Amino acid sequence: MSDISVSVTRDYEPTFGDYFALLKPRVMSLVVFTALVGLLVAPVSLHPVEAFAAILFIAIGAGASGALNMWYDADIDAVMRRTAKRPVPSGRVEPGEALAIGVGLSGISVVMLALATNLLAGFLLAFTIVFYAVVYTMWLKRSTPQNIVIGGAAGAFPPLIGWVAATGSISVEAVLMFAVIFMWTPPHFWALALFMRSDYDDAGVPMLTVTHGRKATRNHILAYTVLLAPVPVWLALTSVGGPVTLVVAVALNAWFLVGAYKIWRRDEVMAEEDNFKVEKAFFRFSLYYLFAHFGALLVDYALKAGGVI
Amino acid sequence: MDLKATHGLHHRRFSRNVGVALTLVFFVAVVFGLTVVKVTNGEAVQGFDHTVRPELVPVEGN
Repeated sequence: MSDISVSVTRDYEPTFGDYFALLKPRVMSLVVFTALVGLLVAPVSLHPVEAFAAILFIAIGAGASGALNMWYDADIDAVMRRTAKRPVPSGRVEPGEALAIGVGLSGISVVMLALATNLLAGFLLAFTIVFYAVVYTMWLKRSTPQNIVIGGAAGAFPPLIGWVAATGSISVEAVLMFAVIFMWTPPHFWALALFMRSDYDDAGVPMLTVTHGRKATRNHILAYTVLLAPVPVWLALTSVGGPVTLVVAVALNAWFLVGAYKIWRRDEVMAEEDNFKVEKAFFRFSLYYLFAHFGALLVDYALKAGGVI
Repeated sequence: MDLKATHGLHHRRFSRNVGVALTLVFFVAVVFGLTVVKVTNGEAVQGFDHTVRPELVPVEGN
């Protein structure tokens, strides 16, 4: 007996890695790290297996929202150099497959996180996925230059969810961890938009650089960096902070402010002359900035656990 | 249908199928681990079954 009657012919057979790439592994690494910090520094400790499951399902939820984003944004990803090689726009994975994986993993991750930890954590993960896939991807990204500002909230949720997974409630420390990422996202992406010049124009994405011009973007980077600076310092002064977090917060924010000020002072002629050296350096530094802040929280946590402070 | 016709397909999809299989095994292991932890860390799971068991009787003052 043979039941094999359907065979879809396609030029390229997607690999497991192609499907995994739908989950945006690089974004997931940041999600895992920040969620882990949120979970560890919380005053309630989970059993290691529960903690592992919580981080795993938060990461899968983030990956699922990435797959939904790739499904919906395949048209604009295809025209941007930075994203043209993603699985859907490059034709390696069918859009329908990305949608199915995104929806399926969203459901699994939310239910499993709620079962492994608590309902509030599961609800927050569901809210994050909907926020990123629907509010940001389907609505704001293509309609307002504030897309990055509001969409950044989705990326800011993981440490808060990690905290809630451990404690079952939201507190000021969790909100401040959220606020650090939320306020950090706009300058980070606007710096990228400054030197990935034609990409967003070509795709018709209303980035601030496209709608309000590059000078306005430089102003916004400075303004948001000024607003961001006190948040990590405040976080360092709460129960999860400590001397390491405080030193890192003061030093890195001073550095970040100087970078934003340099960007603000420059114009397009200067930027073109040195091929956006300052903007690229600011963007690169912004990546270390986030890792360093959350890493510092971990160091302070370890120092407290070891009885050093 | 000649089975040989599907050999190429099977070969091309082998690594993907292995990946999916390993993912599922991993998922089962996580669910099993969680279940063990939840059961061992939780409240007493035994119920009334028509046999007197002193440990189920609430202690006065608690």
